[in-house]
Amino acid sequence: MPGNRFNGFTDYGVGIGLRAPHYDHILSRKPVVDWFEIISENFMIDGGRPLHILDQILEQYKVVQHGVSMYFGSAEKPDREHLRRLKELVKRTNTPWLSDHLCWGSVDGRYTHDLLPMPYTFEAARLTAQKIREVRDFLEIPIAVENVSSYAEYHVSEMTEWEFLNEVVERADCGILLDVNNIYVSSRNHNFDPLTYINSVPAHRVAQIHIAGHSKFQKYILDTHDHPVIDPVWKLYDRAIQLAGHTATLLEWDDSIPSFQEVHREALKANRFLASKSLAVAV
Amino acid sequence: MSAYAARYIKPNDRLTSFERLEIYNRQYWFRVLASLAEDYPGLRAVLGGRRFEAMCRAYLTECPSRSFTLRNLGAQLGIWLRQNPRWIHDRRVLALDMVRLEWADIEAFDGEAKPALRSEDLREAKPASLQLGIQPYVQLLDLHYPVDDLLLEVKHGDDTPDRASNAVQERRKHSRVRAVAKLEPEQIFLAVHRLDFSVYFRRIEPEEFALLTALRSGKTVERAIELAFRKSSVLAADRAAFVQHSFQTWGALGWFCRPEENKRGEESVRKEHSWKS
Repeated sequence: MPGNRFNGFTDYGVGIGLRAPHYDHILSRKPVVDWFEIISENFMIDGGRPLHILDQILEQYKVVQHGVSMYFGSAEKPDREHLRRLKELVKRTNTPWLSDHLCWGSVDGRYTHDLLPMPYTFEAARLTAQKIREVRDFLEIPIAVENVSSYAEYHVSEMTEWEFLNEVVERADCGILLDVNNIYVSSRNHNFDPLTYINSVPAHRVAQIHIAGHSKFQKYILDTHDHPVIDPVWKLYDRAIQLAGHTATLLEWDDSIPSFQEVHREALKANRFLASKSLAVAV
Repeated sequence: MSAYAARYIKPNDRLTSFERLEIYNRQYWFRVLASLAEDYPGLRAVLGGRRFEAMCRAYLTECPSRSFTLRNLGAQLGIWLRQNPRWIHDRRVLALDMVRLEWADIEAFDGEAKPALRSEDLREAKPASLQLGIQPYVQLLDLHYPVDDLLLEVKHGDDTPDRASNAVQERRKHSRVRAVAKLEPEQIFLAVHRLDFSVYFRRIEPEEFALLTALRSGKTVERAIELAFRKSSVLAADRAAFVQHSFQTWGALGWFCRPEENKRGEESVRKEHSWKS
């Protein structure tokens, strides 16, 4: 399923997150990169250098928007100013799909700037799906929701995280940005089998996959995006593309960011798995 | 708090409910404090690291983020500090000046740039009725301390590579402390602006400040010039050249744009009100 209606029927290959320390390298060397993912909020501004850089990137590369503050799971309505700015950016980037997280993070207009886990209830699924539909109708592009890593679970939850994800995406009829590192992190923090999660995801809805590194502490794992991808996460990725097919893949590296070449090299490891799947299909 | 956390959060075999919630609490404070420290290095240098962090915690407790972006986290800091001067009591004026400069720095960095007016756009215009807009990214400040120099010194120190040794970092910290301690009051006027996507602090004359401020508020060019020289020490014979040079410079920098719709006619509306009264 290289392209589906949740990623605008595109076949984007392996990309990396566009980060400020790499701007000079990308603009001066123009390396071959399948695509870049941008954090939408970094460019939802009125002017200046960030938009100038973005415009130069857009001349050379394909760009997909990824958000961190839509908070589909927060109870309040989407902020109109947020949506207006986001739509302006969508027109600028021509992103074929747009992703944000399946989480909450704001209450009564106050923002935590964090990706807080949802209570996995049917009521929460209904409200979240409704909000996803509203945002999609306003932006007029496909939406994919990303599973977050988490460190807490609620007593009120009525289902597992993957059941909740399925409930939301079916009700919203939207795509999934499957973050296999987040599944690994949460599986270790909450003692579940990550393969059970991946096997339960409706593969036809997977618009994109995230891979990343994390940090291991004594009693829990933190999703820090500051290390290479570990083998168990690559195994989950392998399984995910076995189910979903050749899917747009993106490496996130947000802290202690190494050189562009190192980040890109790490991302391109995904091609080993993608190639073996293509070979299997050919045989 | 532990009992409260236990009502909502499940424990696991390694962490209590409270400990799981505490992971989010720590991450929240780490994120927002790091964001303010990044945006206000000058204020941090003025207050010192510990007081700055305590002040930020108090500020964020009273003024939590109300924007989808961390860029706006410090938007209320200047107002809040004026209402809560205990955090800056011994360097009140200096600290307030620095907050204004650092917020202006943020606004100048990514503020809107409207199409700049060209000289031919103004050729037929008459000063008595001409109104000019000033680019939204140009920030005009009247300050009591030369905080532009201090902020540049602080930022220059932060530009040195992270791998600097502890001794180098310690020297850097002492140098900042000395720079704050020796800063004497001096009234300055500043235009914080953007050129080729970089932010610059441009010192301007009091008359320039008054002129730009008057233009931005919707005054006609003629009226703005009158106001600019009301208390000026510039000799009457030199004023025409002063104005001509200023307008040439600002025009070359692209600071002029069409005035906002609600500023158009502001002058005449005001006149109308005063006429009625």
